[in-house]
Amino acid sequence: MLDTLRLTAEEAQGLLERGEVSGGELRDAYRAAIEARDEELHCFLTLVDGDDNDGVPIALKDVISTKGVRTTAGSKILDDYVPVFDSTVASRCKAAGLQLLGKTNTDEFAMGSSTENSAYGPSRNPWDPERVPGGSGGGSAAAVAAGLAPWALGSDTGGSIKQPAALCGNVGLRPTYGTVSRYGIVAFASSLDQVGPVTKTVRDNALLYGIISGRDEYDSTTVDVPAVELPDAQDLKGLRVGIPRELNEAEGIEPGVTVAVRRAIDLCSELGADVGECELPRSVEYGLACYYLIAPAEASSNLARYDGVRYGLRVPADNYYEMVARTRDAGFGAEPKRRIMLGTYALSAGYYEAYYGQAQKVRTVISREFADAFERFDVLLSPTSPTVAFRIGEKAENPLAMYLADVLTIPPNMAGLPGMSIPCGLSEGLPVGLQLIGAQFSENMLFRTGHALEQAIGFDTVPERLR
Amino acid sequence: MAITREDVLHVAALARLELTEDEIVRLTEQLSDILAAVGKVSELDLSDVPPTSHPLAVVNVLRPDEPSPSLPLEDVFANAPDREGEFFRVPPTGATEESSA
Repeated sequence: MLDTLRLTAEEAQGLLERGEVSGGELRDAYRAAIEARDEELHCFLTLVDGDDNDGVPIALKDVISTKGVRTTAGSKILDDYVPVFDSTVASRCKAAGLQLLGKTNTDEFAMGSSTENSAYGPSRNPWDPERVPGGSGGGSAAAVAAGLAPWALGSDTGGSIKQPAALCGNVGLRPTYGTVSRYGIVAFASSLDQVGPVTKTVRDNALLYGIISGRDEYDSTTVDVPAVELPDAQDLKGLRVGIPRELNEAEGIEPGVTVAVRRAIDLCSELGADVGECELPRSVEYGLACYYLIAPAEASSNLARYDGVRYGLRVPADNYYEMVARTRDAGFGAEPKRRIMLGTYALSAGYYEAYYGQAQKVRTVISREFADAFERFDVLLSPTSPTVAFRIGEKAENPLAMYLADVLTIPPNMAGLPGMSIPCGLSEGLPVGLQLIGAQFSENMLFRTGHALEQAIGFDTVPERLR
Repeated sequence: MAITREDVLHVAALARLELTEDEIVRLTEQLSDILAAVGKVSELDLSDVPPTSHPLAVVNVLRPDEPSPSLPLEDVFANAPDREGEFFRVPPTGATEESSA
């Protein structure tokens, strides 16, 4: 029987190519794992019984449109919505022969840092089911960590791929803005959303990124990307590694996280990198505020389409306006409502310049600070998340406390930069993620760096309680 | 920046959200807290800084103006809550106090 807890996508691909296993046997193995563990972990919202493909199975976050397969975005307003088209990333996975296992749980409309905002209930962290798997892409990260899927796709706006990867102990890449098509992705904040791979290893991540990335005629914000180089070097000779002070010393970072990240930074020197310090004077201090103005503003516009007219939930009423307003109030959960309200306010007449307009200028400041850092360094390192996985319910009642979970992942996102989280150790028995930030289009450098570090760190991605 | 109940009602109308009384009370408080936190951006003097609306320097991505097949009508209406022929049917828009705001 296949050990889905340990099997990487690359290994699965090898087994298939050598005829040692069939596509059907692979699917059965993952379905058995899902049967055994998903009732507790709640990673999947929809399971697919089989499709025309025979290749490595994959799970897709439920903000990714899949033709003929229910896509809810974690919301009741799309509870029975079945897309009539495939998103570009879904069709590229199909074209590569990957079989769809199912759609994974997400904070509603990708808004959240714990998956507790899903209208369908939270997913649980396979390392400790009383704790969150992170968010918004907690379902995908938990599924990969628990051996319910060899790999998955997530989406990242403020950190929704990177942070769950950190909390679940796997590899998550948020690619450079524009490298992966957003066509068919349920939109949250269009200048920030990016789809990316969630995997056990860095090599798997590079493989999946190669499948989904590249210019798409259906998304005019995409561009051509450099060919993917599968990493195999074990050293970091010649690499200039920068440690931004503010990202590594931000308020709220747990001591155990600092220790694990520090160890990884020391490893970089041992592997031959040149390590130095740098500063991002305003990016961390003002990053969160900048994001929580721009993202809700864009969301208020993107979520205006959910009006009960053409698809999704409709609450009956005697007149059109009431139908729309009641549908939206009934269909949206608290977090989308909060962000729609915040965004609408920030864009409204009289407030636009002071809030949204000013935030766009802060965004320029952040981009410039990172660009300056990349004059001297190839990659910047920091913790991905200030804390290890927190308890379910711990931050759920306090929106601002929850927003702080993204304080380290947000600044590079504002600048459109790629970022990868790899597991670098444990603190209190829970995974700690290391964030690697690169300049735009430096994914190959991230794969090379992540792979060498991953080999040197030797983190066991199978949760202790499942071994 | 303290948000008043009137502000919340005004914004809710703009956003087409019919909030319950509970929600109005809770959101008034939560939005005040969040706005105070994000209002931090006004501490910086950025009068010389241009705004960024897009992280990539991509300009005017065009394609030839050639018609191509679009979504078949059956697909367009596949998820329709209420369809009549080639139309989505909705309740009448008749003016109410809110809708004329």
